[in-house]
Amino acid sequence: MMKDLSSMAAPVIEAQGVGLTFETNDGPVHALKDVNLTIGRGDFVSFIGPSGCGKTTFLRAIAALEHPTEGRLTVNGMTPDKARQARAYGYVFQAAGLYPWRTIAGNVKLPLEIMGFSRAEQEERVQKVLSLVDLEGFGKKFPWQLSGGMQQRASIARALAFDADILLMDEPFGALDEIVRDRLNEELLKLWARTGKTIGFVTHSIPEAVYLSTRIVVMSPRPGRITDVIESTLPRERPLDIRDTPEFIAIAHRVREGLRAGHSYD
Amino acid sequence: MMRSVLPILTVLAAILVVWYGAAVWLNSAWAYDQAAREGRELTLVDVVNGTMAQERPVLPVPHQVAKGLWDGVAGQKITSKRSLVWHGWVTLSATLLGFAIGTGLGIALAVGIVHNKAMDLSVMPWAIASQTIPILAIAPMVIVVLASLGVTGLLPKAVISAYLSFFPVLVGMVKGLRAPDGMQLDLLKTYNASSAATFWKLRLPASMPYLFASLKVGIAASLVGAIVGELPAGATAGLGARLLSGSYYGQTVQIWAALFAAATLAAVLVMVVGLIERVTLKRMGMAR
Repeated sequence: MMKDLSSMAAPVIEAQGVGLTFETNDGPVHALKDVNLTIGRGDFVSFIGPSGCGKTTFLRAIAALEHPTEGRLTVNGMTPDKARQARAYGYVFQAAGLYPWRTIAGNVKLPLEIMGFSRAEQEERVQKVLSLVDLEGFGKKFPWQLSGGMQQRASIARALAFDADILLMDEPFGALDEIVRDRLNEELLKLWARTGKTIGFVTHSIPEAVYLSTRIVVMSPRPGRITDVIESTLPRERPLDIRDTPEFIAIAHRVREGLRAGHSYD
Repeated sequence: MMRSVLPILTVLAAILVVWYGAAVWLNSAWAYDQAAREGRELTLVDVVNGTMAQERPVLPVPHQVAKGLWDGVAGQKITSKRSLVWHGWVTLSATLLGFAIGTGLGIALAVGIVHNKAMDLSVMPWAIASQTIPILAIAPMVIVVLASLGVTGLLPKAVISAYLSFFPVLVGMVKGLRAPDGMQLDLLKTYNASSAATFWKLRLPASMPYLFASLKVGIAASLVGAIVGELPAGATAGLGARLLSGSYYGQTVQIWAALFAAATLAAVLVMVVGLIERVTLKRMGMAR
């Protein structure tokens, strides 16, 4: 309950009656309908649901990459567009999307160059975030010299480089195998604990959502909407084997129920 | 290395056999004519011999062309008007100037097309139309118009050469500048990057492999343009002029020697661009 109160005190992301309709040739598509959600500072919120449920669309709306057609959405008390201009968040995509012509350090430096950080500060920040994602010493390598998991870690470092308070992650580990994924999940939690960022995390893996989140937002399609918001009762400190505890399994069960209720698998 | 030498030699040998055969066949009419006029009968050996060293053969045999090339390249002072090196240099300088203009124009138009909706809709059809007009029809007009403005010499040829070479660069660069996918563009949007930053940090580096592919086509087209630019108005210098004067005086050996000089020049130019490509992409980390 304490957690919830703090959310009330400092809402970082606030959605009230948010709807988003795409006009297509086959008529309107309701990607989001009546979404109400408050994300507090330091929350780790996962969005889970089948494809077409609008979880990615909602994350993109927060990032001002899509624009809601209804309702009110604020980030740090500003419109998403203003928040983007204020560089309020770092965004991690499903693919690492590193520039092949830049070294790892060069890739992490990219946002810093664009945002006009001084050369000395660029160097310092690159070193800092590379060590944050355990990639010290890989700065001079080119992306193709790194494994997929390492590339995704570099892309997380890139999103962290300019020290935005919010980290938005769109299925960042979706393309990786389960062993790598487990390790990155564990590292992401450590990183979250160290930096205290607010994280929005889109996934379609129930264990991943339960393992990582303080809150799990269950969504369902046609129209994309929230069907359940689950507050995690797991402690912040989470070793990987917490996934075998009854508490974990109970939360996972509730997520599964929520998914089933919202979506008849027709 | 050795594995590729044998196939190349085999193909070369096949070409030589076909060439000698064709030369005997095409040049024999003249040999028969000569013999008939002198009232001689020709044996097969006589026919073959008679086709190998004619003054004005329909198709010169390879060793005649080789000798013509050798005389043109090594047998003259390079300042001589009979030197293929001198003529080659004249053509090369127009080619390089035209290539520079054409590449600059192609890149500039591509940047405009990618950044401006109106240019996107209007420029490409004109660019395509420009390439459907035979260059042979345009070249004399360019020469005449520019000459009436007092511009002669290198520049008119370079303009024709640029006219041919801007197009592949334009097409390649439009594709290259649009190569970044939606995700990469979204990423820069999340940094609130300006379109100038998007261009310099993403679009331009991403277009490099496309640029070099079209530069290789462009430089060969530039050479063709420069040669065509030398044909009208009776130019007296350049490989095009050698081709033209050769055809005026029936000097088929001279024509073929000039053709081979042009082909060699084109091959060297494409190789140089390829070398620059490899070095650049390697330094950019894009070649493995």
